[in-house]
Amino acid sequence: MSSEPRPVVTDSGIPLDPIYDATSVADDLAGRLGRPGEPPFTRGPYQTMYRERLWSMRQYAGYGSADDTNARFRYLLDQGQTALSVAFDLPTQLGYDSDDELVLSEVGRVGVAIDSVEDMEAVFAGLPIDQLSVNFTINGTAPIILAFYLVAAERQGADLAQVAGTLQNDILKEFLARKTFIFPPDHSIRLVADVVEYCSEHLPRFNGISITGYHAREAGCDAVQEIGLTMASAIAYTEAFLARGLDFDAFAPRLSFHFSSQLDLFEEASKVRAARRMWSSLALERFGAKKETSARLRFFSGCSGATLTAQQPLNNVVRSTLQCLAAVLGGAQSIHVMGYDEALEIPTEESVRLALRTQQIIAHESGVAKVIDPLAGSYFVEHLTDEIEERAWELVRRVEDGGGLVELLAQGVPQRWVAESAYRYEQEVRSGERVKVGVNRYVDDDGVVPPLFEVDGASAARQRERLAGRLAERDGDAVAAALATLRTALVDGTNSMPHIMQAGRVGATLGEIADTMRAVFGVYREPQPW
Amino acid sequence: MSTGVRPRPRVVLAKPGLDGHDRGVKVVGMALRDAGAEVVYLGLQQTAAQIARAAAAEDADVIGLSVLSGVHVDVARQVLAACAGEDLGDVPLVVGGTIPPADVIRLRDLGVRDVFPVGTPLDDLVARIFAIAATEEEVPDEQ
Repeated sequence: MSSEPRPVVTDSGIPLDPIYDATSVADDLAGRLGRPGEPPFTRGPYQTMYRERLWSMRQYAGYGSADDTNARFRYLLDQGQTALSVAFDLPTQLGYDSDDELVLSEVGRVGVAIDSVEDMEAVFAGLPIDQLSVNFTINGTAPIILAFYLVAAERQGADLAQVAGTLQNDILKEFLARKTFIFPPDHSIRLVADVVEYCSEHLPRFNGISITGYHAREAGCDAVQEIGLTMASAIAYTEAFLARGLDFDAFAPRLSFHFSSQLDLFEEASKVRAARRMWSSLALERFGAKKETSARLRFFSGCSGATLTAQQPLNNVVRSTLQCLAAVLGGAQSIHVMGYDEALEIPTEESVRLALRTQQIIAHESGVAKVIDPLAGSYFVEHLTDEIEERAWELVRRVEDGGGLVELLAQGVPQRWVAESAYRYEQEVRSGERVKVGVNRYVDDDGVVPPLFEVDGASAARQRERLAGRLAERDGDAVAAALATLRTALVDGTNSMPHIMQAGRVGATLGEIADTMRAVFGVYREPQPW
Repeated sequence: MSTGVRPRPRVVLAKPGLDGHDRGVKVVGMALRDAGAEVVYLGLQQTAAQIARAAAAEDADVIGLSVLSGVHVDVARQVLAACAGEDLGDVPLVVGGTIPPADVIRLRDLGVRDVFPVGTPLDDLVARIFAIAATEEEVPDEQ
């Protein structure tokens, strides 16, 4: 035994006292809490929260061809899932068609392959778009995917004013962490703004961007950095939208957020309470919101794939349960729970169903959804919420002093913060300071592996055949004309969305539209970390 | 060709394909560097040909690929072929990432020298890469 007791800290390194009492909590607790549905929104974005409506159970899904994904969606809806979340394959995320020679082995691999509007129609075949809420995990090609979805909705006869859902569309976090960017930052942000402007004019039920801390967290940063960097992103986007002449209260109510939910239960719940307070203060004090809904932070919570272990994979069921619980205690609007096998492969139908059942058991059996913000007034939670908020503001100030997030990303600075945190985490696992059950404590080497998902090798070939069929049928002159018009809009700076939709309508592919953008904007290569 | 065990093995790391998740490769790079290796990280979206050319130019002792998107077998096959084309067939290739157990065997059968699935202890990984770099030298160091 060591003679010096190690300090006890949260996952983010916040030191913890052994016990908290009334002296641990800020004086104006009532003011800092407010009421649910009212600024500063510490207790939740809505007055009634889960009493009136549970969070959306939104399992992330998609693989293979459009037909494969359609089948998985029908399965999930049959099992009681209440909203959809589409995963796209890497070629689709990066603007390549399924027949591009750069990408042959990646078609349909980590998500569905979308080459054309017809693929999007097939994904939603038999699923009424005007009655669904769909999340699209897409960024570099977000305007194209939204345009294809809207054309598919038109073809179903849907009213665009009824189209609901969320487009991830956060390109800054791609430069920061996830790295599926295509174009340089300034052009990328312009495309984000095209979408947000289009949504605020035509899609009143649709969130045109989901400002995301999730990926930086998964890439290694801690909870405080996650919140601080997300707020720095929110500032950068808001300033870009305002610079374009958009009215804050026209777009702010439809801004959505996306956080990770990891294992330090109280820190995770406190983190999102702090985030709601921070956005409320930014919106009302810095950006002069006139509507209260502009200051209301709503978020999707993804449980954490990075915390799951390949060793003893069934333990991940327990980890995911705690993460889902943390998201519920924090007041999430929408939650995804990971499959226990995701450290090994994309999840099987069985593990996806268990992940959904985890949400349902927490919702209907645990009792935690019966009251709003059940942790409020806990000396510990209120102290932690204040502490996280203060530390996250400090990071926001650091980013602003460095010239803002876009400038720092160009220098590779926040990318380094994230990589250094990831390395620190691994060193703590290595030293045993951070306990990972089954990895550095309670290890057994029985090598038991659950049955894993098998990718259908023929699915990519089917997708390419389907694309070849589309290319043969379409009117090439109409496609060329639509792409030329789009090119002009991209150069002129007029909103590109209607032109992308028109290109999709006449049969232009995702790769062709992305190539048109690449020709105008160029492509981005990131600065090297060392 | 090297003529003795380098005091600092040179490891070329890359992310082939379109996958952007670079947490793992960066952690591995930092751990190798801290252990005394020279690390050259080529970055994202590297083609097999680019990786082979860079490994030749850098006189790599080991090439490491990080793949989380499930295409590790295809990509390893392509990189091995490109290395053979560059006359680099003897530079050992290692692969890490989200790799199911059955694929560890498939990769080794292809000629991948070592495989580091998610969850490989970092010390273990560093030691194995150093050992591979050392055994690759033509003439052992004279003590």
